Amino acid sequence: MSSLLIDYTLHLADTTLILSQRNSEWCGHGPILEQDIAITNISLDLLGQSRNFYQYAAKLIGGEASEDSLAYLRKEREFKNLLLVEQPNGDWGQTILRQYLYSQFQYLLFDKLQQCADEQLAAIASKSIKETAYHVRWSSEWVIRLGDGTEESRNRMLKAIDELWRYTGEMFVPAAYETIVGVSELKISWEVKVNAVLSEASLIPPSEGGEAVFMQSGGKEGRHTEHIGYILTELQYMQRAYPAAQW
Amino acid sequence: MVAATTIEQKKVWAILETVTDPEVPVLTITDLGIVRDVILHPPLGDGGIEVIITPTYTGCPAMDMIAMNIKLALIENGFRNIKITSVLSPVWTTDWMSEAGKQKLKEYGIAPPNPRQQVCNNDLFAPDEAVQCPQCNSHHTHRISEFGSTACKSLYQCDDCKEPFDYFKCH
Repeated sequence: MSSLLIDYTLHLADTTLILSQRNSEWCGHGPILEQDIAITNISLDLLGQSRNFYQYAAKLIGGEASEDSLAYLRKEREFKNLLLVEQPNGDWGQTILRQYLYSQFQYLLFDKLQQCADEQLAAIASKSIKETAYHVRWSSEWVIRLGDGTEESRNRMLKAIDELWRYTGEMFVPAAYETIVGVSELKISWEVKVNAVLSEASLIPPSEGGEAVFMQSGGKEGRHTEHIGYILTELQYMQRAYPAAQW
Repeated sequence: MVAATTIEQKKVWAILETVTDPEVPVLTITDLGIVRDVILHPPLGDGGIEVIITPTYTGCPAMDMIAMNIKLALIENGFRNIKITSVLSPVWTTDWMSEAGKQKLKEYGIAPPNPRQQVCNNDLFAPDEAVQCPQCNSHHTHRISEFGSTACKSLYQCDDCKEPFDYFKCH
């Protein structure tokens, strides 16, 4: 089986798993109960999506590989997730913006992926996109509420844009294994949608004027920011300390 | 749903109608519309049976338990060599829920999903769906939270009887 397809499936699995893990850190700490439930529901959706991708990758790899071995026993450099999703939660504004920037991209990506020739990837995408549509709507509304809210919330959103924008460029630069959907072609649609939401939020979209932001890259190839090691330490601790433990 | 054609298939469907959703115990898996097919004697051995199911939400933790409960119910009824296969396509929608299932939900205190063509609106800050209160039947209700106690529900409150309730959201 094609190693490109395996790598691509792992990239999709890792990105959804790591964002799910980050969002789950909010469990019990959300600003209000309803939003605590919302962010953890989104976390659960992403975990379900990542399980589907890992199960498919395990089937492609064959042998002893399983969804658990792929999630729990691979090292930092083997993870192919986007840098954006491993960034720290920061405050609520930064978590919301990270979710929005990614969900808006995921929606466009999965819309194409559900039409691709690989039946299983297409099935996972068309199953997931309905959930992603919720995530886009919920996070867009929060970006607008905070950006167009108080001076404090607006300042925090400006800071969040400053922190996160540099990790968005990577989404549109294809890795060698990204042959199924042309991600560079999604850039314009993404910018149009993101700019509309940021403008509605009275925030200035960095892609419209201003100095060009240097874009970080490498996550898709396993070159990460320092955060990934800490995330995996927590995520993988049980399986590393007690191999094959079950409960 | 594929029509049960043989007597044995009818027997299997009747058994499946006794398996309930662990999160919403008034609903059976056939009410939910997640059983897609029953294949007798698939190429895996004598007397074998394959049940094809589809998940509601990708992360729904009830699915593993549902698969196990199907297996147990079939074993209790004398079936062996049981295989449960989960397929994602075609994608489950709340339109597959039976009318009987919707009625049971309402009696249980959960507002059943509205038909999809009426709602499933992706506009930002869209007005709340007009959801009928399962207690007093008023349409004078409002949404408290888009996300509720499980992935399939959102939280509403009735403005007339003041009772908060779960809405099985259209999906």
